[in-house]
Amino acid sequence: MTVSAPETSVAASIIVVRNLVKQFGRFAALRGVSAEFGAGKFHVILGDNGAGKTTLLRALAGLAHPTRGEISILGKTPHEACREIGYMAHPSLLYDEMSGAENLRYFARLYDIAGDERCDEVIRLVRLDPELARPVGKYSQGMRQRMSLARAILHDPKILLLDEPFSNVDVHSAREMVGLLKGMRDAGKTIFVVTHQAALLEGVADEFVWMRAGQIVERTAHLTPDALTPDPPRAGAQ
Amino acid sequence: MSSLRSITLATLTKDIRLEWRSRDAINSMLFFSLLVVVIFSFSFDPNAEESREIAGGLIWVAFLFAAVVALNQTWARELRNQVLDAYRVSPAPANALFLAKALGNFILVSVLEAVMAPLFVIFYNLRALGPAWQLIPVALLGTWALVVNGTFFAAMSLRTRSREIMLPLLLFPISIPAVQSMVEATRILLAGDGSARFWIVLLLTYDVVFTTACLALFETILQAE
Amino acid sequence: MKRAFPILAVLTALLLAYAFYEAIWVAPMERTMGDVQRIFYYHVPSAWTAFLLFSVNLVASVIYLVRGNAKADAVALVSAEVGVVFCTVVLVTGPIWARPVWGIWWTWDIRLTTTLVLWLIYVSYLVLRKFSDSSQTPKLAAVLAIFGALDVPLVYFSIWFFRTQHPQPVIGGGGSIDPRMLHVLLINWLAFSCFAFLVCWSRYRLELLQREVEEAESLESLSGVSQ
Repeated sequence: MTVSAPETSVAASIIVVRNLVKQFGRFAALRGVSAEFGAGKFHVILGDNGAGKTTLLRALAGLAHPTRGEISILGKTPHEACREIGYMAHPSLLYDEMSGAENLRYFARLYDIAGDERCDEVIRLVRLDPELARPVGKYSQGMRQRMSLARAILHDPKILLLDEPFSNVDVHSAREMVGLLKGMRDAGKTIFVVTHQAALLEGVADEFVWMRAGQIVERTAHLTPDALTPDPPRAGAQ
Repeated sequence: MSSLRSITLATLTKDIRLEWRSRDAINSMLFFSLLVVVIFSFSFDPNAEESREIAGGLIWVAFLFAAVVALNQTWARELRNQVLDAYRVSPAPANALFLAKALGNFILVSVLEAVMAPLFVIFYNLRALGPAWQLIPVALLGTWALVVNGTFFAAMSLRTRSREIMLPLLLFPISIPAVQSMVEATRILLAGDGSARFWIVLLLTYDVVFTTACLALFETILQAE
Repeated sequence: MKRAFPILAVLTALLLAYAFYEAIWVAPMERTMGDVQRIFYYHVPSAWTAFLLFSVNLVASVIYLVRGNAKADAVALVSAEVGVVFCTVVLVTGPIWARPVWGIWWTWDIRLTTTLVLWLIYVSYLVLRKFSDSSQTPKLAAVLAIFGALDVPLVYFSIWFFRTQHPQPVIGGGGSIDPRMLHVLLINWLAFSCFAFLVCWSRYRLELLQREVEEAESLESLSGVSQ
């Protein structure tokens, strides 16, 4: 059990990952990932394609079952902690044929959230109109991403896991989303973002986590040019 | 319990609403069923005396084919945009999703049967010589027997290559006793020789056994990636 | 353990040879069926062995679902594979025996039909394992094994009742067996079981090795990417 100590100066680890291995047949996407992540921090996960970023996020969300290793979120398994986790995937996780509000109302039922107030509130939070009757399939990419974020934060989770939230979103919308996430972090949420557009998050994120070949190779506080191209010996270090 | 019921209902309503908006599945499936009936009528001469004797088998095999096509569509909507993942990360009980899908399929396949059965009656000039009302429990129990396992195995096939062909490969062997019960019961009721009670009881047993098994094991299937 | 394997292999070979000798030369000739009846010493032990292996598969599948033990899954896979082979022997020898004796290749006899359905279920089990993409294949397979096991009694009852409704030539059933024949039958069964166990064992070791190799390769493939 992780002891929750709210008033200590050192942030308690909200997520503990131990020696995580995820094997897909003849390919291992995660290769012994061990890390602790502090509560109330904004973590950005970076790395090339195939570095294992999405798999790590899916494992934290409880969607991918690790071949070996353990994940503890607030002292529980990801599945047990699912009410505290908001997950936004690369696909929208929304029904294209329904409007945004209809989508959220359905998902609200899954979390036992009564009434439509919370749905409308979340939709306004991501700067969309709850009255919009257009089906999500006809939204622009930026609108869809924001609606997808609305679905992830619907049940007010403590931890947010976001996979490529800014892909195909125009710079203005992306900045807006970053501002929104910053606000949530300041309100005490723990945020994980997998992205290729790390520059957007410089100055906002608390930590940049570099992944390579299924392992975490480095964790930096800033997006230094040095960190952008970690030299091979360090990257290969076990 | 209340959350199981309310989520089942919410999911079922959502599916029906989506289906009502597009009407893709139901339209193509109705047409498919019509084709099956017509092709069967060409293949097995409806005027021949023997045809009456095997009508029970014909009807159920036709329903089985139509049902497999319907069942294969069960999870298609949940795969688009990976919405199924949104269900998997939520605390909602897996069985609510299963029941909603199974009930949805039950309604869909029942509609198909309601359309196909009169056509069979007309083409084959069928007349029940036994107690015809017993065909209703046979149809209801038989349809549930097909859709409960069909929904379950369709979920299982999601994790396989060539998904559409996997479903019948998994479903047919397990369904043999159910199909035999439906066919025999229907044959007895149409021909009016003897009682269909044993077959109805066997169908009921099959339904109870496999509904229980599906509810006990669906979570394992849903959470497997 | 490793040394036990060749010893067991030799013993099994001797036992199989002895059982063959017993079945062909020692066992008395059946009065009405003649020499054809000797296929009985292969047909019945194969059936018993297949049923035994399918039971092992069920137990291993349940253990896997409850405990998540990968070795239990390997046992389940191996017993299903070897079980299907023995079950195939039953289904092939059955008609060979039936044709000269009853004049028909196949009859929807309760035992034959149940065996056929069992064979179909386990073939679909192996197809699922083959076609599954998921890293969770063992779980799906274990679930299917349980469904198959639940189905068998229902199949049995439905055919039993079907047959009472549709009179067919009475086959086998009743009748007592010559004690010498029973003796030969049991020897053959023992030999077949040993043989099945031997095959399962080596297949099991192979399966575990294969998994180890796959795991090693999966880690290897990534370190290749990183360079």
